[in-house]
Amino acid sequence: MIELSWSMPVHSLQVDEKSIVYVENLKTWFPIRRSIIDIVRRKPRLYIKAVDGVSFDIKEGEVFALAGESGCGKTTTGKAILKLVELTDGKVVYRPSKHLFEELTSINPSIPVVDRYGGIEISKVPAKYFKPFRTEMQIIFQDPYGSLNPRLTIYEILEEPLVIHEIGSTKDERVELVSRALEMVKLTPPEEFLYRYPHMISGGQRQRVVIARALMLRPRFIVADEPVSMLDVSIRAEILSLMMDLKKQLGLTYLFITHDLALARYIAGRLAVMYLGKIVELGDARRIIENPLHPYTKALISAIPEPDPRNRLKTRDVPIKGEVPSALMIPPGCRFHSRCIALEQVPELTELCIKKEPPLIEVEPSHYVACWLHYKK
Amino acid sequence: MSENVLEVKDIKTFFYTAKGIVRAVDGVSISVRKGETVGIAGESGCGKSTLAYSIIRLVPPPGRITGGEVFFMGKDVLKLSEEDFRKEVRWKGISMIFQGAMNALNPVYKVGDQIAEPLILHKGLSKTEAYKRAYELLQIVGIDPRRANNYPHELSGGMKQRVMIAMALSLNPSLVIADEPTTALDVVIQAQIMNLLKNLKKELGISIILITHDLALIAEISDKVAIMYAGKIVEYGLSEQIYDNPLHPYTKGLVLSVPRLRGELRELAWIPGAPPDLRQPPPGCRFHPRCNVKIPLCIKEEPPLIEVEPSHYVACWLYSSGSR
Repeated sequence: MIELSWSMPVHSLQVDEKSIVYVENLKTWFPIRRSIIDIVRRKPRLYIKAVDGVSFDIKEGEVFALAGESGCGKTTTGKAILKLVELTDGKVVYRPSKHLFEELTSINPSIPVVDRYGGIEISKVPAKYFKPFRTEMQIIFQDPYGSLNPRLTIYEILEEPLVIHEIGSTKDERVELVSRALEMVKLTPPEEFLYRYPHMISGGQRQRVVIARALMLRPRFIVADEPVSMLDVSIRAEILSLMMDLKKQLGLTYLFITHDLALARYIAGRLAVMYLGKIVELGDARRIIENPLHPYTKALISAIPEPDPRNRLKTRDVPIKGEVPSALMIPPGCRFHSRCIALEQVPELTELCIKKEPPLIEVEPSHYVACWLHYKK
Repeated sequence: MSENVLEVKDIKTFFYTAKGIVRAVDGVSISVRKGETVGIAGESGCGKSTLAYSIIRLVPPPGRITGGEVFFMGKDVLKLSEEDFRKEVRWKGISMIFQGAMNALNPVYKVGDQIAEPLILHKGLSKTEAYKRAYELLQIVGIDPRRANNYPHELSGGMKQRVMIAMALSLNPSLVIADEPTTALDVVIQAQIMNLLKNLKKELGISIILITHDLALIAEISDKVAIMYAGKIVEYGLSEQIYDNPLHPYTKGLVLSVPRLRGELRELAWIPGAPPDLRQPPPGCRFHPRCNVKIPLCIKEEPPLIEVEPSHYVACWLYSSGSR
């Protein structure tokens, strides 16, 4: 085996009082069903390693973007943070607001507080105690056509979280709260929208309803899972700018999941690029887009079309081979090596790349890359 | 200049629904020369896909082409009977790459069979000959010919899209209509598919109509661009004219709303509001309710598509009667 001596700093979680959410070595594996014959033959169980050891923290007030191709595990990471899927390993820590923290410790004194900033390991909180967290942690789904119940009016959709969390004792009070949420997402006048059904409004308006629903309980942290990818380009900017206004107004923090790096450049502070369940590059979003270091990030960026008609005269050079391997059989060593162009260009590294998984190396201040090309003794 | 492969004149396609007549395509004219690629852009519901289906005469009921002419190789193909159109034009002359490759292939047939089928039906080839041609076609689109024996579910999304392209090319058409050929594909695959289309254009000299809402994608391949809004073309010109000097307020909005990877980071713009209900389009210019530079005339009268500079057309009162 190759011996490595380390002089370069490797990514480690630096949690401070500003970290509102962090995940450490997060793993979410989905088991594959075995047939009865495979069980009798004692074939080992196979797993789809959707998320396979991811660590990062999100600071309060930040827009943290998680990017990558479909199947890279970005949505599963977001769902795991919200406890919408089970973790296989690792931990998810959320630091609640002061009053929620007090409320939580009063109902359940054994709640797992894991750091001195009041972070609670939500992955260990039993489901029956988790409900209060939902008021502060919310999600905006991708598909405004699929995520609104077509049989409920917009009022009923937005009222539901209030009913579940017993906010607003009278109907008048709830109508008032719902109307205010609609105003917040600029669906005005609210009376015009309250009793309409989702099919009666446009896609952009529906996505506003989805955002309003996420805001009903006054959250602090929102996972936005591709919130504009189903919308026309011409109205995407409008929804994004609304989300950014709301963030400023309400002091929100976003985990912004997207496949569109150009979009990340406009809204994100930090960016993590994922490939097959792992982060391959992490750092300031604009810095990464200007100066991508991982061969995969380079390929992704070179593939993005630009509205420049002179591009039609040349073939676009996308430096990547083949297709994404199955998450059932992740290649050994660097999981990108089967598609990497640099693998052949730098033969002295080939063995290393095939055998040993690269850690996230800090190549420049706060810019981390999981690639042996950037490893120096 | 080479001749027009396709010339669409004032075509109208309406959908006769129970709730009224939807004027999906309402008087559109475009032309495509040999080897040329025309991009048609617009928001969802602007009629761009309906225009494509009208050209290849596959408008689903209750839709009907109610007026206009479509000249393909100089012949008005709207006058042909359905049988003659199917035999002579559809797929042989004009073929189509459908939206959503994932669902457009038949899951219970091998992809080779699906590529060979039109060859057997249209060209009367034997099964072995047709299969030989299918292998060639797969090679052209960059797939290992052995994949002909696979079923669609055994292929990745990008490969399925390549199979769709191979099918569209099977009868050597002069014109291929690509309707959102890369939606639901990842950017890397999207770039590869666009490269493939570029090569086909160069090597086979086919004409392409590319339909998408993504202006960045249109710029990748199109020589000319038509911007559609609410069933009409509002601006039409060479790619350079549209991207470097957009004139119509709608086109300007579209161009500015595309997030860019490079260059100055200015605020993204957007077009407020939503497209109109095509059962009752607004009077005058159909864009006026969303327009920020409208003048009183816009509400009263519909602007004609006028040529403001050679080959650059725009339908906007701001550029009419020399007020530019």
